[in-house]
Amino acid sequence: MTEQPMVRFENVSKRYGALTVLDGLNLDIARGEKVSIIGPSGSGKTTVLRMLMTLETINDGVIWVEGEPLTHMKKNGTLVPADLAHIRKIRAKIGMVFQSFNLFPHMTAMQNCIEAPITVLGMKRTDAEARAAELLDMVGLSQKKDHYPSQLSGGQQQRVAIARACAMRPKIMLFDEVTSALDPELVGEVLEVIRKLGREHDLTMLMVTHQMGFAKEFSDRVCFFHAGKICEQGPPNELFGAPKNERTRQFLHAVLEAG
Amino acid sequence: MGIRTLIGMLVAAVAVIAAMATQEAYRLFLPGLLQGAVLTIEIAILGSLLAIVMGVFAALARLYGPAPVRWLATVYVEIFRGTSALVQLFWLFFVLPQFGVSLDAFLVAVVALGLNVGAYGSEVVRGAILSVARGQWEACTALNMSRAQMLRRIILPQAFVAMIPPWGNLFIELLKSTALVSLITLSDLAFKAQQMNQNTFKTIPIFTLVLLMYLAMSLVLTIGMRLLERRASLGLARGRAG
Repeated sequence: MTEQPMVRFENVSKRYGALTVLDGLNLDIARGEKVSIIGPSGSGKTTVLRMLMTLETINDGVIWVEGEPLTHMKKNGTLVPADLAHIRKIRAKIGMVFQSFNLFPHMTAMQNCIEAPITVLGMKRTDAEARAAELLDMVGLSQKKDHYPSQLSGGQQQRVAIARACAMRPKIMLFDEVTSALDPELVGEVLEVIRKLGREHDLTMLMVTHQMGFAKEFSDRVCFFHAGKICEQGPPNELFGAPKNERTRQFLHAVLEAG
Repeated sequence: MGIRTLIGMLVAAVAVIAAMATQEAYRLFLPGLLQGAVLTIEIAILGSLLAIVMGVFAALARLYGPAPVRWLATVYVEIFRGTSALVQLFWLFFVLPQFGVSLDAFLVAVVALGLNVGAYGSEVVRGAILSVARGQWEACTALNMSRAQMLRRIILPQAFVAMIPPWGNLFIELLKSTALVSLITLSDLAFKAQQMNQNTFKTIPIFTLVLLMYLAMSLVLTIGMRLLERRASLGLARGRAG
């Protein structure tokens, strides 16, 4: 018997009116696996993360997390659309880091990191602060814990955002183009934190990225999306080294040319 | 306009009132007018408090309530925005008793003006909530907050800053609308002025004093709101200005 996948997209479709963004997606992600999603803009790659974070509803199919349905719940032996209580229960296993950081501007770095642990998990303030201090240390920002987001650089803000997401102890972390809004010289510090996270924490990671070098070095598997479908997937060496699909070749050629 | 200009205007208005009070012809009217002004202030303050409560509740109801609550809130807002405050006062004071519900004139004044301004206020609150960046909501969802937690801890504190200037406008509107309550037997500032004018025909001193008194009251309000705005935006953007 094979182990239960951490995340399973089962025949998932997403449409906006007449536009089909994702078309019958089937994707399993194993526990602890690091998966990168690459592809041209409009290929539906960010939508995959947003659906898993329940920021988007889905039109067809079911998303499973550790063998339990996320988008649905079981009722009298059949699956019905999930209510909010069920979604919140399953969603607790997932954290996300955004392209535009989305830190709370009226709170310091420390307050950003303890807010949800206290209000959502019901942690004691001292415990939450201890955990947040550890995480801010991990992202190299112990010195900045009392700074407001407006006082931090983009790279620092994104590192706080990573600490904030980790403070909820998710099993799955989603990274949505987390370096795309950063000045080039700040990209490295954020990628370094993600590497560290991958090494030191038992996390399943799913990331949408334009950093091909990082995807190649960091991921166990790379998925190339095109027009709402997985066009090709495989270990980074194969996908980058010897892409089988013509579209993958074109995309990689264009990206590497520009890079 | 800078806060100093506002304070300067307030000082000037009070100084002119004081200077006029040294004249026998003006001093005569001052005690009566001040009495009326106290009632005006009472109605304005209580009406504003009711307006805030109604505005916040109606906005939240329209945004997040279940269908019947949403519907009820929309009916409330449209009725009180869509009819004149004067008619609302008359209706509550003269029509309601025909159905066996007699309310005290002061209560009617507070309720009518509070509900009226609250209806406008609900749109201010709703707009401010919707103006908070979408990414903030998404971050809250990613942190698995409930809707109540998001609103209370993240969204409303940010929306609050955007609400202050339009609420300032509404409070001033409310203050000026209190003049209508003279038509439902209350002896507010406007009523006192009319009464004195009818008895003495000293139109110039009476209405000049009244004008300055309303101006002074609204300036106090404006300065208060400006200070609140300054404090609140300081909290939101600490360090941005260095």
